[in-house]
Amino acid sequence: MSNKVIYAIYNDDDVLMDAVKQTRAAHHHIEEIFTPFPVHGLDKAMGIAPTRLAICAFIYGVCGLAFATWMMNNIMIADWPQDIGGKPSFSYIENMPAFVPVMFEMTVFFAAHLMVLTFYMRSRLWPFKSAENPDVRTTDDHFLMEVAVHGDENEMISFFQNTGAVEVKVIEKH
Amino acid sequence: MYTFSSKLKTVAIFFMILGILGIGYGFLTAPKNTAEVEEILKKEAEEHGGHHTAAGHDAHAHPVKEAHTTETHDNHDAVAATEAKPEASMADSVHIDTISTTEDTAHAAISAEESHKNHAAVAAHEEHEAHAAHTKHVEHVLHQLQNKPWAAVYVAALFFMFISLGVLAFYAIQQVAQAGWSPVLFRVMQGITAYLPWGSVFVFILLALGAFHFHHLFVWMDPELLDPASPKFDKLVSNKSGYLNEYFWLLRAAIFIIGWNLYRHFSRKNCLAQDEATDNSFYKKNFKLSAAFLVFFIVTESIMSWDWIMSVDPHWYSTLFGWYVLMSFLVSGVTVIALTTLYLKSKGYLEYVNKSHIHDLAKFMFGFSIFWTYLWFSQFMLIWYANIPEEVTYFITRIEQYNLPFFGMLVLNFVFPILILINTDFKRLTWIIVMAGVVILAGHYVDFYVMIMPATVGDRWFIGFAEIGSVLFFLGLFILVVFTALTKSPLLAKRNPFIEESKHFHY
Repeated sequence: MSNKVIYAIYNDDDVLMDAVKQTRAAHHHIEEIFTPFPVHGLDKAMGIAPTRLAICAFIYGVCGLAFATWMMNNIMIADWPQDIGGKPSFSYIENMPAFVPVMFEMTVFFAAHLMVLTFYMRSRLWPFKSAENPDVRTTDDHFLMEVAVHGDENEMISFFQNTGAVEVKVIEKH
Repeated sequence: MYTFSSKLKTVAIFFMILGILGIGYGFLTAPKNTAEVEEILKKEAEEHGGHHTAAGHDAHAHPVKEAHTTETHDNHDAVAATEAKPEASMADSVHIDTISTTEDTAHAAISAEESHKNHAAVAAHEEHEAHAAHTKHVEHVLHQLQNKPWAAVYVAALFFMFISLGVLAFYAIQQVAQAGWSPVLFRVMQGITAYLPWGSVFVFILLALGAFHFHHLFVWMDPELLDPASPKFDKLVSNKSGYLNEYFWLLRAAIFIIGWNLYRHFSRKNCLAQDEATDNSFYKKNFKLSAAFLVFFIVTESIMSWDWIMSVDPHWYSTLFGWYVLMSFLVSGVTVIALTTLYLKSKGYLEYVNKSHIHDLAKFMFGFSIFWTYLWFSQFMLIWYANIPEEVTYFITRIEQYNLPFFGMLVLNFVFPILILINTDFKRLTWIIVMAGVVILAGHYVDFYVMIMPATVGDRWFIGFAEIGSVLFFLGLFILVVFTALTKSPLLAKRNPFIEESKHFHY
């Protein structure tokens, strides 16, 4: 089976959006779209499932809150309950207002950093990663849609030329 | 054009009648003289039963109370702060109820000193003093109970006026920020602010009644506190009398109220004129007017919160109090905008309001709720941490006597909204917004309740006929005025430069 894909290149995001809608209507499978900047509504037009990153962040935040609470309780109340400036150290709740700034910051810290790490991992981004750019112009002013070739190759090429592509290429992928 | 449904009108009038009955009942059942208070105290002592007989209770309570009354000159909050505590804190040294034991310790130290001072006095003329102390205590309770219906009306009147004031401030911000999403809601906001003239008249009347000594919500108005010859002379209050005196205070109130109402009047007038205009001159006028109003508003709001709320505790002061009050009613105002919009939308009157507008309002409800909590906590934590006696009494009275409302409102105003409104999908669901909105409004009523009540009725608080009645009365009036105002003009501004964008607003 051949691993041929079509690179349809556009130079306007409105044209791209229309092309995506037509491609979806024609039941061609869009492998990937490369754009130089976020195109509002592209994910919806492509039918990509919404991100669950926010849910992750909430859970990380709760972990941070729990960690801060455990830490402050362990240090300030359980391990060595000193009298520091008359602050009550008999139980956690009695001295809680003093711990709230720490609890808050920890919550934000965990939520923010773990969410960013999750984002990097899920989108496979790390230093020294080799770029997966099919065409250098897509980082500047061109939009590229990659579609797997199934069936008649020439028919597909003419289809994409009709969607307003400035360039349509067929590439053999390894 | 909106037509006021007769059902809603009937409900509003029913609420008002019910409210008047509740308020009337509150005033009629308030004790008129010390004899009635004696009765009440006797009954309470019997109900508490066990080791307390009426006489025993009195004798037991005297020494400490006597010390307080002479020392604090009828200052309600200070009396209330210490009155309830000393016996308890002496008897059971570990008091688990509250957050901090340092407060208790400080407390115990103070009361020990006081009772020490007191021993000499008691030894000198025990019987006579005891009797005088008891009379004083009875008088104190009488004042608290007589304040109660007034305070109930005052809290509700303030709360509803603040809602329309909060909406007015939010509306001005939207104008100045040239918000592209909100112009379809401007007429709804103008409808809600139609309550402002009514609400401010009620509040002003209540303030004036205080200044003319019909009620005693503001202790600093007692002329005896300023008289050095009087046994009630209060140096702290008399030092503040340059600012806290009835005439200047009423004059300030009048200026604030007139200023806010003028902005409301002209802003609405310009907005309606813009509908018929051929250019944008009225829009520009409104823009400038709103910017000027916001400057005026932030200054007057701050002073207003010292005058009308903080001054019920004239011995106490807090720097960020004005902001705290502002956030409390700004979030209530946004919530009321959301609820009113959802109601009108459900009746099919707001064609261009979509889920994205509601989503934006819900985000404001969420964000402002958290900002309110931030200010609440900043105020609480700074005072709790430093624990300076003159500041901390404010929170001691609240934690000891208002524990449930004081911490309960945190659940209503913070925990509930943050968990419910954090979800994007939830912010687009009508029933979630309505539920969260009702909880937020209830929470902020309790917030104002806890600001006013401890200084005026002390530990004699409960949510009874007077409180519920006042809320119902002002709620009924609010609905009546707001929805009548909504029938007066089209619900969509015609020639606002941002109206097209707003109609197609999509998030």
